[in-house]
Amino acid sequence: MSQRRFTPLRNGQAMPLARLEELDIDAFRDEILQSVKEGQRLACLCATPDLRVFAVLAEDQGDRLWVGQTRLQEPCFPSITPQCPQAHLFEREMAEQFGIVPAGHPWLKPVRYHRSWGTRDAWGRTEAPVPGVTDFFQVGGDEVHEVSVGPVHAGVIEPGHFRFQCHGETVFHLEIALGYQHRGIERALIGGPHPLSLKHAETASGDSTIAHAWAYCRNLEGLAGVTVPPRSEWVRGVALELERAANHTGDLGAMAGDVGFLPTSSYCGRIRGDWLNLSAAVCGSRLGRDWLKPGGLRQDLEPELARELSPRLAQAWYDTNDALELLWGASSVLNRFEAAGLLDPEQARDIGLVGVAARACGIRRDSRVDHPFGPYGEHPVTISLAERGRVLSRGWVRWKELQESRRFLAEALDALADLPVDAKPAPLPALMPDALCISLVEGWRGEVLHLAITDGKGCFARYKIVDPSFHNWFGLALALRGEQISDFPLINKSFNLSYCGHDL
Amino acid sequence: MEDILPIRLVHLLLHGLTALLVAPLIPGLINKVKALVAGRQGPRILQLYYDLAKLIRKRAVFSRTTTWVFLLGPIATVTVGWVAALIVPFGHFPAPIRFEGDAIFFAYLFGVARFLTVLSALDTGSSFEGMGSARELTFSALAEPALFLGFATLAKYSGSISLSGMLASPQFTLSRVMAPHILVLTAWFIVYLAENARIPVDDPNTHLELTMIHEVMVLDHSGRPFALVLYGSSLKLLVLGALILGPFLPRTHYWWLDWVAFFGALAALAVAVGIVESIMARFRMNKVPQLLLAAVVASAFAFTLLFA
Repeated sequence: MSQRRFTPLRNGQAMPLARLEELDIDAFRDEILQSVKEGQRLACLCATPDLRVFAVLAEDQGDRLWVGQTRLQEPCFPSITPQCPQAHLFEREMAEQFGIVPAGHPWLKPVRYHRSWGTRDAWGRTEAPVPGVTDFFQVGGDEVHEVSVGPVHAGVIEPGHFRFQCHGETVFHLEIALGYQHRGIERALIGGPHPLSLKHAETASGDSTIAHAWAYCRNLEGLAGVTVPPRSEWVRGVALELERAANHTGDLGAMAGDVGFLPTSSYCGRIRGDWLNLSAAVCGSRLGRDWLKPGGLRQDLEPELARELSPRLAQAWYDTNDALELLWGASSVLNRFEAAGLLDPEQARDIGLVGVAARACGIRRDSRVDHPFGPYGEHPVTISLAERGRVLSRGWVRWKELQESRRFLAEALDALADLPVDAKPAPLPALMPDALCISLVEGWRGEVLHLAITDGKGCFARYKIVDPSFHNWFGLALALRGEQISDFPLINKSFNLSYCGHDL
Repeated sequence: MEDILPIRLVHLLLHGLTALLVAPLIPGLINKVKALVAGRQGPRILQLYYDLAKLIRKRAVFSRTTTWVFLLGPIATVTVGWVAALIVPFGHFPAPIRFEGDAIFFAYLFGVARFLTVLSALDTGSSFEGMGSARELTFSALAEPALFLGFATLAKYSGSISLSGMLASPQFTLSRVMAPHILVLTAWFIVYLAENARIPVDDPNTHLELTMIHEVMVLDHSGRPFALVLYGSSLKLLVLGALILGPFLPRTHYWWLDWVAFFGALAALAVAVGIVESIMARFRMNKVPQLLLAAVVASAFAFTLLFA
């Protein structure tokens, strides 16, 4: 069987690098291709400055991650993308960061338009290029017209550039160029952990603060060999589910707004604030900044506070339910949601889609269930699925997840009301040197992956962040094919991907 | 009684003032209704007046690709709105300008305004504005038959092809409203929503340039030209509102009461538009033609019924 040469690892478990067999590139490629063919998923593929390449394969049915590494002799290797489309963006990223050329990559372009980490990138450039200035895929013919949108948009949203190849109102092809939000987070984390590292992780994508902070904390805890007390794990679960509830509510409201259905749109805008305020009541920040810290919590959720939050949770849920019943009761809304944004489940699987968008295609993929972490092992959640991969499905998955989050939150607050507060976490011991740790957290958008590799002194030699948006932007482009261009905003909102999470 | 000179003058004065000043109230009222239904406080009813006052004091920014054609759209919108306001009767008093066939003149006045708006949109060279223009022209071509079949119905009924004859004919009373009228009202209400870029055809609130129809064509305007655009579109709400309400206004024995009825009906129309926008989502773009064809069919039935 395959997998002989990659090393198995659990979510959040640290491992000395010495235990990783150094494969040659052909064996490395074959392992990846074979495993993906057998249904595993390429969760991460990244390089280090000394031309080592790491791959993380997720075996979602077996609660295992498989890690492999290879060392390239020269900055060039035969591309995996033609046989395994999941690798396409990872390979472009390696080309840009370290000048490693994936020979035979079908669409080799920069990802984020930043200066190479080494001396030059795969295109021989030494200076930072201007974002979005590059070749775009074009459809020929007199009847085809091109529409370019952004990076400055009419609404107050993040910057991104979209090129549509249209035939009348029908979209043939959409190409998405991002990179405007690149801040260099991965580079800033090298040499860490230092006092700002948690902040860097939290701001990878501000709307997924808890998910990224938790993934970061679990890496540190794994590398330091610290276990977090169960009570703190409960509170982290509360934080993550509150984040999910707030964002799902906001998204459903925004989807209603995009089809011009005002009641749900206005109500959800307010109710999202109610969910955020629950987070603020505990940690003082609506986005959950500074709630978590490596080893435990910075702000505990005391029993009195848990008792106080329960009725507020019930009220927020009652309002959410009310606003969404209006939405699902409006035939004009269902008609719009039903008609738009079809993503073929087969393609979704091929490109390694994660999160809400994947579950809306009927793909059972949720790291809370597949790779349980924190409280989700003992207090599991059920996967919310829809089948048809349309805007409606993505909305429906959010709705079902909201119900599940609320159930989890109610259970957690009840439990917390009776549990005594943990002692303040002691400072973490030094991290394991020359080791590797991977942590997966299911944020509201999907799987957040953090991969930490330490050097001989126990500092980060490489820190890789994979936001779910990194996998899913291409899914949005595929969902647009053959759709009406006027439905783009709605389809886009139904994915609601992060620009800064992609750009880092 | 209405032929007495002082009363004629009062009517003219009221007509003129209404055309000049009342229009911005209608979007204000629609927005207030939408806000109240959605549980918000919303902007005040007079908000558009404040916006206009603000925009008039602002300098316009012109894209380097535009020429003088760019200004034709806003100017035409307001000019056409005013001229049309002089042709359409407000309530039951004949309009200041009336001649046989002015109904057709009225319809194509808006055609001219649309043509010039499209020209100024294309003048920017923006792909959005081109898309918006294509959509606007497609949908207005589909709305036009509904408008004209409605005219034909009323013309057949009243024996006049002047708006004043059709809408303000003395023999018309509410008790004689019949099936054809109801059909015409239905058809024209749809045309009203389409022409004024309201939900379910268009969404005046959207900030998403790819879904816009009318709004995207005026995206590049700013300052005073934009004030003209906003004022012009409120004029259109007023003038077309007067058109579709005309056949259905009750006729009283007091001329001032007729005016009260007119304003009341206009407010009711704004509330109706606000409620429609509050309770339904916008149609998918390729479903809009079906809605407009329904309007055409309704007014075609109205016309046929008159021969029964």
